[in-house]
Amino acid sequence: MAETALTNPGQSPARTAGLKGIAADWSSDQRAFKNVSWGKAMMWIFLLSDTFIFSCFLLSYMTARMSTTVPWPNPSEVFALTIGGHHIPLILIAIMTFVLISSSGTMAMAVNFGYRRDRVKTAVLMLVTAALGATFVGMQAFEWTKLIQEGVRPWENPWGAAQFGSSFFMITGFHGTHVTFGVIFLIAIARKVWRGDFDHGRRGFFTSRKGNYEIVETMGLYWHFVDLVWVFIFAFFYLW
Amino acid sequence: MTEAAVQIEGRRHPLHAHAPDAAASAVTTHAEGQQHPIKLYLVVWGWLFVLSACSYLVDYFGLQGYLRWSLILLFMVLKAGLIVAVFMHMAWERLALTYAILLPPVLVLVFVAIMVFESEYTHLIRVLFFSQAA
Repeated sequence: MAETALTNPGQSPARTAGLKGIAADWSSDQRAFKNVSWGKAMMWIFLLSDTFIFSCFLLSYMTARMSTTVPWPNPSEVFALTIGGHHIPLILIAIMTFVLISSSGTMAMAVNFGYRRDRVKTAVLMLVTAALGATFVGMQAFEWTKLIQEGVRPWENPWGAAQFGSSFFMITGFHGTHVTFGVIFLIAIARKVWRGDFDHGRRGFFTSRKGNYEIVETMGLYWHFVDLVWVFIFAFFYLW
Repeated sequence: MTEAAVQIEGRRHPLHAHAPDAAASAVTTHAEGQQHPIKLYLVVWGWLFVLSACSYLVDYFGLQGYLRWSLILLFMVLKAGLIVAVFMHMAWERLALTYAILLPPVLVLVFVAIMVFESEYTHLIRVLFFSQAA
């Protein structure tokens, strides 16, 4: 196909859109995702593999829950809190959800300011994102502590099906690990942005390559993915 | 494609990841990448809050049965869609990438269907076996 061949580096021909464009990209014997940088494509492929891992966790949880003959604990009650004398079901998880969504909002804005090369706003918004992420992990630690004190273990719990414990610790633990690593990476990249590494072409300590502001978007993809996974965990683990 | 062409393409892409007419706009280095008004992100953020609140209210009011499940799944899909489309910029990506990323997770639904049948069968066997033992 004529439109696939990019032989002249001086001018890039207009790319076909729609299904023809997909066929042209994939059959081009070049890089498949035209105009998508390697960094971004690789992050997406990593996230796809992560999607499969989380899918397998949620699926095994679903299978365990549907096949057990012992009653499943009611998450609405398990994750209830008594605040100011009021007993509110599932309130802890609701607050955690709002915190994580807010962190996604600040991250999206950080990406935007990154492409505008607004060094200070980008770094500050990334640090706010990291702070909200750390808050989420802190609340999760509180949630775990509370449940462990109430006798929940990976092999038993006081309210019914033993699989509740293993599913809970596996799924929320794996998600919490993702958030924790995200916070660490956010702080690392925010530091680079703040220092102006991407304005001055400073070479990275580990790769000894010059970075650019696109790393903020790549970082953002990871962070939004963590939020995305929580949307599914919220629906299938806490609301079911 | 020659070696040189690959290099030139590779060098140009990080800065102009989303402008197919990169050569034309190469002069202005300040307007590249994902440029959308901040208001768009604030609106999506607001909607995610509203949808999460709705999900929570489904549980708070104790809705049950098919109504509960259709609402939970509806809010879940809308939230996931907003995050992927706007926050992760999927709406503005090349279709080749969009399909490569979005289709495989959809196929997981086949796996879901298989495991639903499997778990129902396991449940049936357990009910039969445990009731005989008792």
